[in-house]
Amino acid sequence: MDDSKPIFVQIAERIENDIISGALAEETQVPSTNEFAAFYRINPATAGKGVNLLVDEGILYKKRGIGMFVAEGAQSRLKTTRREQFQREFVRPLVEEAAKLGITLAQLTQMIDKEGSK
Amino acid sequence: MTAVIEASGLTKRFGSMTAVDSASFSIEQNTITGLLGRNGAGKTTLMQLLTAQQFATSGSVEILGASPVENAPVLQQVCFIKESQKYPDDFQPRHVFASAPWFFPNWDADFAERLIADFRVPLRRRMKKLSRGQVSSVGVIVGLAARAPITFFDEPYLGLDAVARQVFYDRLLEDYAEHPRTVLLSTHLIDEVSNLLEHVLVIDDGRIIVDEDAETLRGRATTVAGAASAVERFTIGRDVLHTERLGGLATATVSTLSERDRQEAADHGLELAPVSLQQLIIRLTTNPAESTPLATTGSEKRS
Repeated sequence: MDDSKPIFVQIAERIENDIISGALAEETQVPSTNEFAAFYRINPATAGKGVNLLVDEGILYKKRGIGMFVAEGAQSRLKTTRREQFQREFVRPLVEEAAKLGITLAQLTQMIDKEGSK
Repeated sequence: MTAVIEASGLTKRFGSMTAVDSASFSIEQNTITGLLGRNGAGKTTLMQLLTAQQFATSGSVEILGASPVENAPVLQQVCFIKESQKYPDDFQPRHVFASAPWFFPNWDADFAERLIADFRVPLRRRMKKLSRGQVSSVGVIVGLAARAPITFFDEPYLGLDAVARQVFYDRLLEDYAEHPRTVLLSTHLIDEVSNLLEHVLVIDDGRIIVDEDAETLRGRATTVAGAASAVERFTIGRDVLHTERLGGLATATVSTLSERDRQEAADHGLELAPVSLQQLIIRLTTNPAESTPLATTGSEKRS
C-alpha cells in the first residue's frame, strides 16, 4: 500500500492483477472482505469498498450466503481495459520523453526491438 | 449509519487553561476512528470527558443516546484503556483478567488466553514489577477481550515493541471484523495505524481541526516540487500548508489539486507527490512559526 491513490482502489487493482495473472481463476471464489482486510492490514470497510468497486464493474459477483466469485469473461475484459491504460500511462509518456531527448520514432522503435529481443 | 458518540460544544477548562475547546463531532457505530494530535493537544482529556471521568465545563456528550455521567447502563457498554492505568498494589495480571468479566459483560476468556500467549504476559508477577511494555500489553488484552460496544484506547502501547504493536493491530482488525464495534484510538504512530482507520479526528490546542474520512483526508494534500520560481508561481492563490526551499529548488504542500491543476503543474515541469496521513497531520498541527514561509526563506537564503 502506498499513498499515491486511495487504498480501496489499490485493493481493487491487486485483485484485478490476480485475475489477469490467473491466480484467481474465473468462477472461483475470492477471499472474503475480512480476509482481505486481515491480509493487507487495512480497515474492513476499506477492503469492502475495493471489492464493491469490482462488483459494480461486473468483475466480481456475489452469491448470496456463499461469497464473492470472479465473473466469467473478467480476465479478458480487464486485459482490454489495462491495454488502453498501458497506452495512456506508459506509451504516451515514453514517446513524449523520447521526443524531449531528440530520439526519433524510428530510433525509439529500434530501442524497443532491442529490449524485446533480449 | 447511527452515531453512537456525540459531542456538542464540549469544553473543559482547568483554571485558565482550556484543554478541550468547544469540540463538536459525532462518531458512527462500528467504525475505527483515530484521535490524532500532538502532546498536550487534549486527546486524553477528550477521552476522559467522553467516558465521564471528567466533568465538562460546558457542552454535552451523548454515548449511545444518553449522557454517560453516572449512567451505569451506558458505562457498561464502554471500555476505556488508559495510557497510565492504576492497579491495586498486590494485583498480578491474572487478577486483572479474572476481574475483567465483572466489568465487561461481553468478556471472552478464550480470546483473552490467546492474547496472553501472543503478548507473552507473565500471569503471576506483580503489576508493579512488570515492564512498561508488559503493563501496556495487559491493557491492550483487556481492551480487546472486553469486546465492549464502544472501546477507547488512549495511547495503548507505550513501551510496546514493534512485534507487539503489530500483534495488537492484527488482533484488533481480526476481532473487529468478526465482532464489529466502535473503536476510538489515540496515537502518535500515525503511519502505523493509518490503514486501520476509517475516520480521523485531529485535535490541536483543544480544538477539533479535522473530522473526516481517512480516505478523503489521504487525498487532501499534494507536494509540489521543482524550480523555486515555478513553485512560487504555482502556489499563488492556493492553500499552502508548508514550504521548504533548498537553493533554487522548492517544495510546497498544497491542498487538493484538480486534474487541471495537475496538468498545469506538469506543464511547468513540477513534480507531484502524495502526502501521507502522518505528513499531512504534521503540516496541519505545526505552528506557523515552526514552519518557514516560501518568500522569507528565499530572501534570507539569498542575502
